[in-house]
Amino acid sequence: MDFSELFKLSGLLGRFSPDGKCLASCVQYQLIIRDVNTLQILRLYTCLDQIQYIEWSSDSLFILCAMYKRGIVQVWSLEQPDWHCKIDEGSAGLVASCWSPDGRHILNTTEFHLRITVWSLCTKSVSYIKYPKACQQGVAFTKDGRYMAVAERRDCKDFVSLFVCSNWQLLRHFDTETQDLFGIEWAPNGCVLAVWDTCLEYKILLYSLDGRLLSTYRAYEWSLGIKSIAWSPSSQFLAIGSYDEKVRILNHVTWKKITDFEHPATVVNTKTIVYKEVEKSPPVETERLSFPPSRALASSVFSTQSKYDIFQVPVSFQYIKPVADRANPKMGIGMLAFSPDNCFLATKNDNIPNAVWIWDIQKLKLFVVLEQLCAIQSFQWDPRQPRLAVCTGNSKVYLWSPAGCVSVQVPTEGELQIVSLCWHPSGNSMALLSKDNFCVCFLEREEV
Amino acid sequence: MGDWKTVTVPVLSSDSKNIFQYTSEKKISPSNMNSQVLHLPLPSSKSMHNFFSAFCTEENIEQSISYLNKELTTLGFPSIYSESKGKELDLISIVNCMNELLLLQHKNLRAQEEVEMQHLKLGSDMDHLQNCYAKLKEQLELSKREIVGLQERDRQLQSKNRNLHQLLKNEKDEVQKLQNIISSRATQYNHDMKRKEREYNKLKERLHQLVMNKKDKKIAMEVLNYVGRADGKRGAWRTDKTEARNEDQMYKILLSDYEQRQKQLLLENAELKKVLQQMKKEIISLLPPQKQKPKERSEDGPVLSDLEEDIGELNKENMWELSCETVREQLTNSIRKQWRMLKSHVEKLDNQVSRVHSEALNDKDVISREEHELETEKLELEIHQCKEIIKTQQQLLQQQLTSPCDDDTTLLLQDCYLLEERERLQEEWRLFQEQKKNFEKERRSFTEAAIRLGLERKAFEEDRGAWLKQQFLSLSTDYKHSENVTTSTSDHDNRLLNSMSQQRKPHCILSAPVSTDPCQTFQYISHN
Repeated sequence: MDFSELFKLSGLLGRFSPDGKCLASCVQYQLIIRDVNTLQILRLYTCLDQIQYIEWSSDSLFILCAMYKRGIVQVWSLEQPDWHCKIDEGSAGLVASCWSPDGRHILNTTEFHLRITVWSLCTKSVSYIKYPKACQQGVAFTKDGRYMAVAERRDCKDFVSLFVCSNWQLLRHFDTETQDLFGIEWAPNGCVLAVWDTCLEYKILLYSLDGRLLSTYRAYEWSLGIKSIAWSPSSQFLAIGSYDEKVRILNHVTWKKITDFEHPATVVNTKTIVYKEVEKSPPVETERLSFPPSRALASSVFSTQSKYDIFQVPVSFQYIKPVADRANPKMGIGMLAFSPDNCFLATKNDNIPNAVWIWDIQKLKLFVVLEQLCAIQSFQWDPRQPRLAVCTGNSKVYLWSPAGCVSVQVPTEGELQIVSLCWHPSGNSMALLSKDNFCVCFLEREEV
Repeated sequence: MGDWKTVTVPVLSSDSKNIFQYTSEKKISPSNMNSQVLHLPLPSSKSMHNFFSAFCTEENIEQSISYLNKELTTLGFPSIYSESKGKELDLISIVNCMNELLLLQHKNLRAQEEVEMQHLKLGSDMDHLQNCYAKLKEQLELSKREIVGLQERDRQLQSKNRNLHQLLKNEKDEVQKLQNIISSRATQYNHDMKRKEREYNKLKERLHQLVMNKKDKKIAMEVLNYVGRADGKRGAWRTDKTEARNEDQMYKILLSDYEQRQKQLLLENAELKKVLQQMKKEIISLLPPQKQKPKERSEDGPVLSDLEEDIGELNKENMWELSCETVREQLTNSIRKQWRMLKSHVEKLDNQVSRVHSEALNDKDVISREEHELETEKLELEIHQCKEIIKTQQQLLQQQLTSPCDDDTTLLLQDCYLLEERERLQEEWRLFQEQKKNFEKERRSFTEAAIRLGLERKAFEEDRGAWLKQQFLSLSTDYKHSENVTTSTSDHDNRLLNSMSQQRKPHCILSAPVSTDPCQTFQYISHN
């Protein structure tokens, strides 16, 4: 495992290009494009304001930078550094911006979610989508980029509109039986759309591509409902994480629950492997200490090494019960992700913030629990193989694969508190992002 | 103490005869009921003398004697006067009377003693009863008190129960109330939310209008030059055709997805069916263990042959390409059956193994393993056979029992069976009779035919003889017409031959009845 040096970063905006050749990062006003292997700066663009969001186009030729305060989106081309494009929303304001799957249209969501404007880079046409829903995931594209689903709200009712992305024609428009739609997501096969309700009601609806309601699933009433969902890459399973600390798996044939995964504070199943991160302080040879202490020495003295120990079940985890009278409590399953080969599901129970639960989907059983010393910030699966990278806000990155798990200290001179990470599309490298810096970690093929 | 009272008779005079008798009457004083003891203290002689001389003195001897006589006679004693003379005393009778009186006195004393004894007994009984009564009264008191206590407790518990019920009801009511409150608050909340949302929508509309109206120069896109589309094609107008094409495309995508899924499911199904078939075959092959246990094989033989037939049939039909319900059910049922048999077999083996293990512990009673196994297998076979027999018997019993089994119905049933048989027999008898009749008829007809034939024969013979005669005559006269004769004879011969042949035929026919007749007769004999 190799680590690069630290580079500056702002806003956790570090993205690999879809073709895997470049890495874009932002520092305040500037957009820096680097080559992935050498990390040399290929391009440097300056925008008009502090960049709040960047996104690569699907063909990696363009990159958009959105500045919400000014209401401007600037698009840069990689092939032609002189080419520029600026979209100014003016008084309409801007709250979100994204590419269309063909990489030639930009969808801007204006302030107050008044409308979504579709700007075209090919033609002079502009399209408007009225009454978009002000929710977290209101716009969803199918994986093949053919269709777009937009959640709308008119007259206190929720609707979903399906558009054909090639010419933005409305394909279907149907109402959903939700109280207050919270999110929509396409299945990877592009044929089923999952629509789920606000957390006050546990309801998830599954619509076919032609707008028919395939199935409704409600696990229980009254208590807080769905917190997060994830489709399996083969579209066979739909994992629903809810506030009752359970993940329910629906199957694509009957859309009925096949099992639910519980996340209790104590794990008793003997077949589960529990890895606990354990600190081990490095041996410091007192004779070698010099004054003033060199930087390397200082960091090595103060940084604690850690390793994983396998603990025997039963194991108890640190369980936190959140305050009862606050909204959006930190409980339930907040993070869900399937591995790319469909074999594993990684979940995080916000009541047990230090643990990552890895479930074996073939056996529908709990496989591994990783307990860290600090709270989990984020985890991501390697896009090619079942390898999970976890970061907990310290300068270590943790990798798990079915072969085992390892905790790696990033050898940096300064402080690096890794809050987010981002895999390269090939799975060979990883960008580790902190609030101010980032570094790139290169992995060998058969690492871990 | 009883008071004596001497009976003073008005006739009494002071006689000083030494015959004294006293009668004492007892007067029981009311104050003392208990002592009913009679005491007959014999007074001292002196007092007695004085006492006894109170009745009869020297003056009233005659009167006292006559009085005594009167008394005695009234009591049924003989008179103390002698019979012949009036005033002479019969000493013998006097002595007898005295004796009698003494005896009477003794008897009376005895009776008195008895009465006293009884009196004592009754007294003690009375005491005893009074004690019992007192005890029972005490007990009654106690139980009454207990009852009162228990009643009190019962009342308390009931009141507690009532209180708890009341509390429960209150709690339930409260829960209901809270639920109602929750639901009303929820509706209120929803209503408010809707109201706010409508207001919000109005604001948004207003804002939208403003934004649109302003026609802001600022809302624009500035681009150096328009780039080509990603796929290189040119943009197209949005028309109905494109709409239709979009729909088509969408349905194509959906269909392809469904087809793919269906293919996968078919493949899976086929694989699973194959696996089931294999499993079935393997299980069947496992079940009759091979040459070592021929008994079992013969036992499972009939069962197996059925199964093998089934398999054969199913294989013939190439069933894993069929996917209809019945075939599937058949397969699963047969697999289940096989599996059950295999399971029982394995259980048997397990038992065997465990038995062997437990027996292997004590070294003394070690039987050789094979022997043991053989034994156990034999026993199990027996058990199996017995079980089968029991099963079949049970089934038969069941059959018998399920059909209503009163005596009447069984009788009826029997009757029915008998009737059936009877009818059948009658039927057969009828048939037999018919046949007999037919045979008779035939026989008769045959005999008639035979008679006819005989007659015909006779006639024919006569004719023949006559004809021959004629021939002779004609021959002798018409020798010249030899050709004609020959021809005629030939003709005649032919005719003869024909007639002969005809004769032969009837002869044959005749022979037939002749031959059958005895057979028939034999038959009839045998029947009869």
